[in-house]
Amino acid sequence: MAEGMTWSIEEADKLTQAEVYGRVLTQLGEKDPKIIAMTADLAKSTKIGNFGQKFPERFINMGIAENSLFSVAAGLALAGYRPVVSTFAVFAALRSAEFVRTDICYQNLDVKIIATHAGISFGQAGSTHHCTEDIAVMRSFANMTVIVPADGIETGNAVAAAMDWPGPVYIRIGRGFEPPVNTTADYGFQIGKAVTMRDGKDITLICCGVTVLQAVRAAKILETQGLSVRIINMHTIKPIDKEVILKAVMETRRIVTIEEHNVLCGLGSAVAEVIVESGKACAFTKLGIPDQYVIVGYPEDLYNHYKIDADGIVEAVSALMGREIEADENWDDET
Amino acid sequence: MPLTQEDIKRLQEKAKDIRKTIVDITFTAGGGHIGGSLSQTDILVALYYKYLNIDPKKPRWEDRDRMILSKGHGGLGWAAILGEKGYFDKTLLKNFNKTGSPFGMHLDMLKVPGCDASTGSLGHGLGIAVGLALGAKMAGKKYRTYCVMGDGELCEGSVWEAAIIGAFHKLDNLTAFVDRNNLMIDGPTEEITQLDNLNDKFASFGWEVLRIDGHDFTAIGGAIEKAQTIKAKPTMIICDTVKGKCVDYMENDYKWHYGGLDSDMRDKALACIDNYYAKA
Ligand SMILES: Cc1ncc(C[n+]2csc(CCOP(=O)(O)OP(=O)(O)O)c2C)c(N)n1
Ligand SMILES: [Mg+2]
Repeated sequence: MAEGMTWSIEEADKLTQAEVYGRVLTQLGEKDPKIIAMTADLAKSTKIGNFGQKFPERFINMGIAENSLFSVAAGLALAGYRPVVSTFAVFAALRSAEFVRTDICYQNLDVKIIATHAGISFGQAGSTHHCTEDIAVMRSFANMTVIVPADGIETGNAVAAAMDWPGPVYIRIGRGFEPPVNTTADYGFQIGKAVTMRDGKDITLICCGVTVLQAVRAAKILETQGLSVRIINMHTIKPIDKEVILKAVMETRRIVTIEEHNVLCGLGSAVAEVIVESGKACAFTKLGIPDQYVIVGYPEDLYNHYKIDADGIVEAVSALMGREIEADENWDDET
Repeated sequence: MPLTQEDIKRLQEKAKDIRKTIVDITFTAGGGHIGGSLSQTDILVALYYKYLNIDPKKPRWEDRDRMILSKGHGGLGWAAILGEKGYFDKTLLKNFNKTGSPFGMHLDMLKVPGCDASTGSLGHGLGIAVGLALGAKMAGKKYRTYCVMGDGELCEGSVWEAAIIGAFHKLDNLTAFVDRNNLMIDGPTEEITQLDNLNDKFASFGWEVLRIDGHDFTAIGGAIEKAQTIKAKPTMIICDTVKGKCVDYMENDYKWHYGGLDSDMRDKALACIDNYYAKA
């Protein structure tokens, strides 16, 4: 185990985010007897069942009852335990939104929510199972911290960090295997501090979750076209890393956000809020799922369909590079 | 009118075809909710091939009986029936779950003719069915509303909220079913939350409760007909079923809630189905 790390899994880069999560939670459970794992008939699907096999006495399967899943978690937190709750994102963030908001966030309780099958990762299941609204909902709850890890390794880091972070945390992960962007875990993951995956001076791509890999791929293509591309992995949507955004505004003046979420109210909106409040000029585009219900399909096809894959990013970057921006008077003072 | 011997033979033939289509779709789709699709089949076959007042050529006909598959993950088995009934070209089912297809795992009423509500999120269907039945009463319409739920689904509080209001409004134009296969995803219902005694639960909520073998057409038909005569309350038909019914290696195994088939498994499953009906 690398220094400062509280978890270690061999070949975490070959596992799904959920598989890493299940194992990391089990390791953390060995050290912290207050952790209680909870689900609603999705022990296997979310991989929280891994914890249940090791610690059956600290595992609660509610049956298919998501609303009570969160109210019971709140009660357990009030009783001094540390519930970690998993179900599909669409149920955690939408069906049970008010239970999460009122029972957990309002009372600022120590409940960690790891929601799987988020975004369009369960694309074949249809609209009732897609969840392109969870970042929007969760970031609107006061006291809630929202994390969207890029891959399995970052999921391990996020889960471990969340257990050391006060109050409610929502971690959004996918369903199947997506190729990793990180090769090692000890890159200094910190909640609220974005990771600059690569430096660049012409344009900045700000991304989270599965779109980080797409941005990395896009940057390689754009490099051959002579562009110097910065990539920021904004794994924490809330609290957002304002500093890194403002630096990108000053240094690249062009920003594209990419998310596997409704293009309204998610990562792009959170970044836009920071840019607009800064008062500085910046050419800006948000990529994401349009404000529609998603079609049925395999995730990789859908990334392409909705232009949030490498090709879509390249196209958007080319368009944005051609956009004129008017430098404000203090342009030089800013940098 | 009780089912005749011919009716029963015909329904069994249909059920056999539908079960085989379920196996085929599971194979071509690369996986599917096969266990629950096989357990619900006889209930849906009885409805679609005997009792529902519907016209596949007019899927939006105002006076049609409504059928809400509250256990929306049974969409695979439901699509097999809707296709066979002619609501759409059934060759489209080879695209089940494929990118751009109208068919996701859970059917979407905006894309699939014959689907009366987009389900898949458990615990919604009974409420929708109560609304449809209430709407029929308010509008003076004669159509009946049917709703099929899973047993694991009954863990959802919203089912019981809908049950209370359905009884309060005396919805005798509403018949609901529980596909009581005793399994949910993570295991047996009685080992996870304990749902029994369902008869008493629904009866105490003000419903007429009938308990039948959900694979016996005489019993299914008898219960549906009985429900049509009950006055001033809705009826819950609790159907004892077998998850994975007719495929020996799937029966009563919760791991077959969702699964994929290679060609050997498919052939074996199809042979099991033939075998079952040859003996019947
Ligand atoms: C609200 C909600 N929670 C969770 C799920 C995931 N899920 C799909 S099927 C299923 C188990 C359903 O069991 P049951 O109702 O008994 O259906 P059956 O055995 O007939 O397949 C679960 C938990 C869902 N679709 N909806
Ligand atoms: Mg069941």
